[in-house]
Amino acid sequence: MTVAPYADRPVALIDLLDRLLQGGVVLTGDLILSIADVDLVRIDLRAVIAPVAASALSQISEAPCPRPPAV
Amino acid sequence: MTDPNLVYTYAVLRRTPEATAAVTHLRGVAGEPIHLVDPAEGTPQLAFAVGHVPAADYDETPLKAHLDDLDWLESTVRPHHAVVAALVGCGAAVLPLRLATVYHDEDRARQALDTRRDYFLSLLHRLTGHVELGVKIYATPDITPPEADTGAGQEQSTGLGAGRAYLSIRRRRQRRNEEAWRRVAQAAAHLIETAATLAVDRVAHSPQRGSLAGPGPGTNVGNDAYLVPAGRVDAFRTGILAAAEGVPGLRVEVTGPWAPYSFALQPEPEPAA
Repeated sequence: MTVAPYADRPVALIDLLDRLLQGGVVLTGDLILSIADVDLVRIDLRAVIAPVAASALSQISEAPCPRPPAV
Repeated sequence: MTDPNLVYTYAVLRRTPEATAAVTHLRGVAGEPIHLVDPAEGTPQLAFAVGHVPAADYDETPLKAHLDDLDWLESTVRPHHAVVAALVGCGAAVLPLRLATVYHDEDRARQALDTRRDYFLSLLHRLTGHVELGVKIYATPDITPPEADTGAGQEQSTGLGAGRAYLSIRRRRQRRNEEAWRRVAQAAAHLIETAATLAVDRVAHSPQRGSLAGPGPGTNVGNDAYLVPAGRVDAFRTGILAAAEGVPGLRVEVTGPWAPYSFALQPEPEPAA
């Protein structure tokens, strides 16, 4: 196994999107637009913001020979 | 809208000298200077870090269109994150807000600070002194899920002997693959157990797929965020490293420390009737 260093790596866009489109405090009311209501069309974005269901990892830990999530 | 500018909010902060110092010289998603907005009422305990952004880009219609543009998204996500990271880096207690939290004007932002004061304070209380670390687990490409090991080339085997030989080879390959997959799965489960002893909370993000998932080898099978006390970051990384050590077929990336984006989601209490 290898563990990648983190301090000198540029932050990956996908890690940012995971956090800034799915995380962060969500406010309502008086806003211009709630991002939660936006239908992001791009396939890459849909993959990123797919609902957080059971992760592949929890499937792995529960079943001996799991199928990874569909691509 | 007659005002050409809107108020883009990045984070909720405790109103401290560190917070005031942290926002000076910061620039936001539109290159605009960042400043603090205080609540309308009482002694300010909290503040928003905000910037004024052009309505031409951040009003509802243009914003909606922009959000489908990956290049625009990247050019917004990165400076948004940079503002939050700079605030955290200056020692401010920070609640990161979701991308594109935009108010029409500062008065409305002030009102939001007033009406949500207790909610923000409780979130800050829970998250202060903690950081988020990402743990991405990959199964390397030579290992495939057992179900994916279909008999390609089966139609080429002819005759009983060839068929038997083929099946025997295929079974052996399947067994090897299943064992490798099982080892990776066990190591991943062990990794989670280890992380759980070192972290306060865990959020599972969707495994990363597609062209944005990066050029690294292997299949992302785990994409988790952990809330870790700031003083335990090194112990967490060392623990994860030790738990993953020597496991063939497993690759681990630890990302962060991040502002606690993934843990700022405690639902807002319903307003009292």
